[in-house]
Amino acid sequence: MPLRDVAIVGFAQSASVRRESSKNEVEMLMPVLREAKRQAGLRGSDIGVTVSGSCDYLAGQPFAFVSALDAVGAWPPIVESHVEMDGAWALYEAWVKLQTGEADAALVYAFGKSSMGDLPEVLTIQLDPYTTAPLWPDAVSLAALQARAYLEKTGTSERDLAAVAVRSRRAAAANPMAQVRASADVDALLATPYLASPLRTHDCPPISDGCAAIVLACGAAVKKSAATPVWIRGIDHRIEAHALGVRDLAASPSTRLAGEKAGVGTGRIDLAELHAPFTHQELILRAALGLGADVDVNPSGGALAANPMMVAGLLRIGEAAARLAGGAGRRAVAHATSGPCLQQNLVCVLERD
Amino acid sequence: MAETTSTRLTAAHVLEYPYRRSVGPVLGAFFTGLTERRLVGVRARDGRVLVPPVEYDPESGEAIGEMVEVGPGGVVTTWAWVEKPRPKHPLDRPFAWALVRLDGAGSAMLHAVDAGSAAGMRTGMRVRPRWKAEPEGNIHDIVCFEPEARGTDPETP
Repeated sequence: MPLRDVAIVGFAQSASVRRESSKNEVEMLMPVLREAKRQAGLRGSDIGVTVSGSCDYLAGQPFAFVSALDAVGAWPPIVESHVEMDGAWALYEAWVKLQTGEADAALVYAFGKSSMGDLPEVLTIQLDPYTTAPLWPDAVSLAALQARAYLEKTGTSERDLAAVAVRSRRAAAANPMAQVRASADVDALLATPYLASPLRTHDCPPISDGCAAIVLACGAAVKKSAATPVWIRGIDHRIEAHALGVRDLAASPSTRLAGEKAGVGTGRIDLAELHAPFTHQELILRAALGLGADVDVNPSGGALAANPMMVAGLLRIGEAAARLAGGAGRRAVAHATSGPCLQQNLVCVLERD
Repeated sequence: MAETTSTRLTAAHVLEYPYRRSVGPVLGAFFTGLTERRLVGVRARDGRVLVPPVEYDPESGEAIGEMVEVGPGGVVTTWAWVEKPRPKHPLDRPFAWALVRLDGAGSAMLHAVDAGSAAGMRTGMRVRPRWKAEPEGNIHDIVCFEPEARGTDPETP
């Protein structure tokens, strides 16, 4: 049970695009941060802590995240922190800071320009550097190993995976910030060649550049805000072993545990935003969180429609909160993942009054 | 602000990660084994033998270090067929990535399987390592795994 109730009072994102070649990270972030703070109705001086999430490997420079601080204005000095993780974990750190009572409002942001390198190979570098990374398994190939393990264990078909792709990308037609916003039908998708069997192109996420920001508030800062507050009722994250061959890839025990700790099962869930970059991962996550067919999953289109690295998890929390604030439901679950094949997972339960 | 794309200046951005790493006693034993064409794992607290070996128990986090020889043959637990290898992939012709559980091991290791075509792959098939002519003590001492010849596979009729 949280010590202090924390609400999301602002959420903004850039459009996700294949290649943002005219703006650097600071230029991408500036309008997004301004919009999130405008929604919250809070000024810079109201923000007690700022936490960001990004990955220096995308830019290929140590401490690349420091230059992005220009976007928040680091003078006069601010309380600031950074995680080399998806922005969802930056939000977790900000939530913990608000629990301590040292701040009443927090700004969380994340950014990623995957277009600066060869993303499938950049992601290889997160693997064990001794016995795995030197073989250069790319992210799609590793996801394909997980997909086959899941299909063979559960009897799920490649047609079922294609149906996830069609539903996600057609849902994204209503999301102007998404990158892939249409899909051919299942039969047409199944007629396309494999990228790494059993996965085809439609089973994989687009490569995206983008950024997002969320403003959190508690206590008097919520009353000061003009936004409809969406409350974080539970949040938890868990991790599995680094070595792929030690894990059960066909399930997600870390998601199941994080979901239990966050309280997913204590009430009806109206909608879910799941950070599933690959089609089979949505099905694994649904099972791990116990989400039935009545739950609207990824109404935004999800990571299959827009997948800015280090941002797509934070986007799930923002998209779910924005839908609740807009009246699409009362209770939602948002999920973020990190590492190969759903190694680490964060689950957040959101509620509107 | 209007953009004039035709005059925009761009420059190549070259990504490099020039790190060097050393191996400790546990991975060191694994790589030394490879130079002798032996595969070794480490016994976890629950009795499973983990290959490649790790220094800490994946469940409890305790330090572990009892080395156990495994393989050299093993079983494919899952696989993915790559029709168009990327330049850095271990084989330059179509191949499978696979998790291989070596005989005597309780975990699987990632490597490539040279099976000719996807039709030559199935979960549960037996494979064996193809060794490099002159091992150097790194993961590339195993060039890839290859299907065990029919008849040497006691689990296949």
